[in-house]
Formats: sequence, C-alpha cells, structure tokens
Amino acid sequence: MAITFEHVSYTYQAGTPMATSAVSDVSFSVPDHSYLAVIGHTGSGKSTLIQQLNALLKPTSGQITVDNFTITPKTTNADLKPLRQHVGMVFQFPESQLFEETVRQDIAFGPRNFGMGEADANKLADAMLQTVGLDARYAERSPFELSGGQMRRVAIAGVLAMRPKVLILDEPTAGLDPQGRQEMMALFDRLHREQGLSIVLVTHQMEDVAQYAEQVAVMHAGQLVKFGTPHEVFSDADWLRANQLDMPRAAQFAQRLAKRGVTWQQLPLTADQLADQLAARWPREGDAHV
Amino acid sequence: MSNFIFGRYLPLESVVHRLDPRNKLLLSFCYIILVFMANNLVSYALIISFTVGAILASKISLGFFLKGIRPLLWLIVFTVVLQLLFSPAGGHVYFHWAFVNITQFGLINSGYIFIRFLLIIMMSTLLTLSTQPLDIATGLASLMKPLRWIKVPVDTLAMMLSIALRFVPTLMDEANKIMNAQRARGVDFGEGGLLKQAKSLIPLMVPLFMSAFNRAEDLSIAMEARGYQDSEHRSQYRILTWQRRDTITWIIFVVVLAAILATRRW
Repeated sequence: MAITFEHVSYTYQAGTPMATSAVSDVSFSVPDHSYLAVIGHTGSGKSTLIQQLNALLKPTSGQITVDNFTITPKTTNADLKPLRQHVGMVFQFPESQLFEETVRQDIAFGPRNFGMGEADANKLADAMLQTVGLDARYAERSPFELSGGQMRRVAIAGVLAMRPKVLILDEPTAGLDPQGRQEMMALFDRLHREQGLSIVLVTHQMEDVAQYAEQVAVMHAGQLVKFGTPHEVFSDADWLRANQLDMPRAAQFAQRLAKRGVTWQQLPLTADQLADQLAARWPREGDAHV
Repeated sequence: MSNFIFGRYLPLESVVHRLDPRNKLLLSFCYIILVFMANNLVSYALIISFTVGAILASKISLGFFLKGIRPLLWLIVFTVVLQLLFSPAGGHVYFHWAFVNITQFGLINSGYIFIRFLLIIMMSTLLTLSTQPLDIATGLASLMKPLRWIKVPVDTLAMMLSIALRFVPTLMDEANKIMNAQRARGVDFGEGGLLKQAKSLIPLMVPLFMSAFNRAEDLSIAMEARGYQDSEHRSQYRILTWQRRDTITWIIFVVVLAAILATRRW
C-alpha cells in the first residue's frame, strides 16, 4: 500500500482555548502509482489532510504510511529529509515560494538542499524547465520578471527537481487561464503515466477529477464522507448536492438527457465518454429529438 | 510559533473585553507608573494580585496566559543577567572577577527588574488579548486627537496604524505558508550553526517582502479606487463611549495606587 491513513486526526493549537479540529478519524488507503483526488468545499480539511503527507503537520493522533515512511504524532523533525524528498508538495499559489536570483538557481534549490552538487543540480534544473514547458532561455532570467503562469511553472519545476515519488498538488490550477489549466493537468497526467508518480490532487474542478483521478476522497467538516472511484462518487446526484459538490459538466448534461428518457450503460463523466456513448447510440435510434 | 500569544487577540465575552479601548490604553500606561512605584514585598504583592485579578476578570485561563508569555522569558532573563553582572557596587559582594560584580544590591535590583518586566509584559499582553487590533488603533487615534493642534497628521497616523495592525496576522499566515513550502524543498529552519540559520532565512524573507510590497500596492490602488484622500478628516463607524464600568476600573486603580503609596518604602 503506497499511502495509508489510519484513524488520523488533526487539531490546530491543541491544548489551547483556540483549539479547532480540522481533520477527525480519517482512514483510507490507495495503492502504489495511483492518482487520488481530494475534493470537498472550502474549510473541509483538505489542505490539513494533505500537509500531513510529508509531515509539515504531524497528526494529533493516528498513523500515516507513505511507502516506507511512517508518520505518527511522535515523529521527530530529525529524520524528515528523506520523507520530504520522497513526497513533493506543490502548495496553493506556489509562485510565492520563488526567491532566487535566476530561475535555474530557484529550481536547483530543492536538489541542492538534499545534497546534490551544483553542476548536477543546474543540469537537472534545465531539464525540469523543459518538462514544465518553458523555453531554455528563461533559465538565466529572474523569476520575478516572469508572468504569473510562468512563475507557477517554475515553482512546480522546483518541486519536480527533487525527484519525488509522490506528488501532492494543492489546487495547482487556481488562477490560471483555461489553456494554462489544461496544459498543467496534462503535464501531471504525463508524469503519472510515464514516470509512475503517485499523485494526490486537491481541487474544485470536478472535470479534472472525472478525467484524471483513479480514486476520489470526499471531505466534509473534517471527515472523510466518501471514498471510491469517480463513478462511485459522481453517481449520486442528490448526495452530491447535499454536500455542496458539483458534478462534472458532462455528467450534468448526461443527467438532463436521462430525464428526457435517454438511458446510459454507465453515466458518462467526461466530454469524451459522453461523445462516445452518444455516437454509439446515434445510428440505432436515428432520431434527433434528443 | 503557535504558542506565542503576545500581540494576539482572543475573542471572549468578559468585562475586560468590553472596556473602552481608550480606557484600557490609559490604564495600561498608568499601570507602568504603578509598577515602578512598588519597591518592597508588600507593594509588589499588591500589584501582582491586581494583575492576576485583571487577568482572571478577562476569563483567559491563567495557565494558557503564562504558557503564552514563556517565549518572552528569555528576553527578560537576558536583561536580568546583564543587570546582575554589571550593576553598580553596593552592599555585600558575593562574587568578583575583573569588572564583573555580583552584589547584594545587584541581586535585589535584578529581582525587581525581573518582576517589573514580567508584570508589564503581562499587562500589555492582556491588553492585546482582550482588545481587537482595530479597536486599539481607534483608541489610540482618539487619544492622539489633541495633537492635531500642533499639526500632527493624526488621521493619517491612525490609518497607518490600523493597516499595519490589520496586516500582522496576514503576514504571519503568509510567513507560515512560505516556511512550509521551503521546508517541503528541504530547508531546515532553526537548525545548524548561526550562519546556516541566517542563510535559511533568505528563502523566507525574499518571498515575504515580495508579497508584502505587492499587497501594499494592491491595497493602495483599492483605497484610491474608493476615493481615499490623505489628511482628510474621517468620521468613525464605531464610536467609542465611556461606560460606568470604565469609571469603576479607575476607582479600583486609584485604590491600588493609594495602597501602594502607603506600603512602599520611601
């Protein structure tokens, strides 16, 4: 099992009058090389949940296992470096972590911290720049001269340069234009399929969940209220509405068609699935009223 | 950092929370005079019980309070040790080496300084724990009003103050976020030698300054877009009113003051 949560709870400022429980009694597990999406509306504990994966927050109780690493409330700060290299973390608006004089130095910062030599780290930085789709000539530029979207790519390259096996993404496409969003999601999908990275994605974009995720964890008020495949999670429209979650747009469309009498073998979640199923039925029914 | 309560606000329902912020500011200021008046056991006992009484009245638990000011203890201890080692000679000499003297006077003096420091920090922490930052700013602005006569830009100062206070938690959050992001990239904050620690601050400070400047720019544009003009007199949304409970605090204060004057060594 690659990632396992066992009865994990987290309380902010435990033991003070300001103590607030953010995550309570969460248990689930996903296999190696999986693509997990964590959804739930703002304040449901998603960010708290994922920050425990590389021990930036240590659980107040319970235990987390990531591959060979175990994180418990007693985990000390001394032995965290291997874990932090293993689990790469892309925060919300990661461009705010840039600080170096050049893009190359900033991307090389992570590998250098984990003991890589300067020449190797710089070479890796240039390769990562290419991976995230930026031209090599940006390497010498100051990160602060770039546009917001380019800064985001540089920050993500800085995390990828640590060569993590698990990649945590906290709303990586927030604030990007539609094309940037698509390119970014395609990049993560490529990393997942070609390099076997395990991905944990926190998002509000249900289309991305439907298209890329293999497992979905739904958080509500600090608790894990549903865990399963996208099909299992998105099949119950009433339940989703009660939990203030949207369906993917293609699924919404398919459901409206269902009300007009169209039957689906399996509810299509993405535009591609919808198109395939519609195309398959077209010659059979040959009728344009849908 | 999460245990550090100095300068934070704790929303509770208590008499202390409801006091007029102007009153609390004045009281805290005059309290400092009170602290310096005390100079023997009885008067210190009086002022300590007054302080503890004030904290209890605010419904903040004493244990939480003491735990919260513990990080500041090192600052106090440092000052006290300096005082102890380098205070002028007087009374019995316990220890002498080069220009370092530990004397009876020095010992007593540093004991007093320790208590004074602690008391003043406790009272100012109580002030910020029980008063919203904006109320403190409003209170200060209102107290500074007379300075308008000598052309001090009171309204602008008040605006600067409330903006500064308002951004303290925002910048704290931001700093926390950036620290986490850099930790995830393998930075160890607060570990290794002094030079290494100082170096590890660069990945924190550069992004923090960037974001602070960006925020300042955004805010100034947002303010100008809503027609903000410098040095114009502004009316207040919240109007402060002096209540009976404010008068009562002063009665208590005067009683304590009288008791301390009566018991202190002249």
